[in-house]
Amino acid sequence: MIKKKKLKGLSLHVIPFAEVETLGISERVKKLLNLVLGNKIVILHGRLRAEEEARLIEDTMAMVDHIKNFKGIELAVIEPDLRDRGVFVKMKYGLSKKLVGDNSALTVIGPAAVIKDIKKDPKKLELWLS
Amino acid sequence: MFQIIKKFTSKIWKSIFRKRDNLKIGFYGPPNAGKTSLANKICKDWTGEDIGQVSAIPHETRNVQIKEQVKIEHNGKELTFKIIDTPGIATKIDYENFLKFGMKRGSAKKRAKQATQGIIEAIQWLDDMDAVIVVLDATQNPYSQVNITIIGNLVARKIPVLIAANKTDLKHADIKKVESAFPEYSVVGISAKEGHNMEEFYESLFTLAKKI
Repeated sequence: MIKKKKLKGLSLHVIPFAEVETLGISERVKKLLNLVLGNKIVILHGRLRAEEEARLIEDTMAMVDHIKNFKGIELAVIEPDLRDRGVFVKMKYGLSKKLVGDNSALTVIGPAAVIKDIKKDPKKLELWLS
Repeated sequence: MFQIIKKFTSKIWKSIFRKRDNLKIGFYGPPNAGKTSLANKICKDWTGEDIGQVSAIPHETRNVQIKEQVKIEHNGKELTFKIIDTPGIATKIDYENFLKFGMKRGSAKKRAKQATQGIIEAIQWLDDMDAVIVVLDATQNPYSQVNITIIGNLVARKIPVLIAANKTDLKHADIKKVESAFPEYSVVGISAKEGHNMEEFYESLFTLAKKI
């Protein structure tokens, strides 16, 4: 007989891009990690810049080292797939990205203790919970 | 402001006085992709010595390892590289995963601690690279955020990238999937362990060196 595990609850925290837009790199990363440390899965409307993602990993590793039972994070970004789209669409997307930031993407960040794995292909994101 | 001026001056200085030899080539990628195996293969081919130890247990490389003056000849041309092998980048470290490999709890905890520090060190070294070989395990899903973050950071720093899709000797290796995940970059399929396709790899390495 297969034992069914009940999902006890899942806390999602949605952050509109406007909420982090004006923050500096440290504050932005700190805000996200504070939520993750509270065992929340964060859904950020938009995506971090490459250097912010690297900083997020660096700060996560420092925390794994210092905070008991914190194992790190799972992170994934899903963006519109523009590979088969025309040059005009790509240009329009690139321009809006430059003007108002990359808010067409969704970033999912969650504690590794809650999210076991995130499986991603260009079009879908699957969260596997611990 | 001072930092920006310092960075700008250093960039200008480097671009004027950069030597075309001893090019700093970093090996980046997720844990267990075969970075050290590839760095070892290159070092063994051209210096007769390894750069580091390899293991099936993830995070075997927990410090940046360097091999200076690796002289490589290809098609009558010669270039000297400084090979920099970095710890695998991950977003999570759980010491309990090491226990599955038969490690004792104390050793596993120590390894986890060193691995977290190694990841920070690897990220901090990014700015020092002239070019980077991103080593990916061709049997794994290439769309992982760690891969995208590494490549995104290299692009942001204008560091030339070559992707080595490693482990092509394994049945489930899928180079096409790696190519399709990163269509804007050169991808070369290799098996560092078996030494497959190293000629094409060296060809790509020399092409990469031209972009520096």
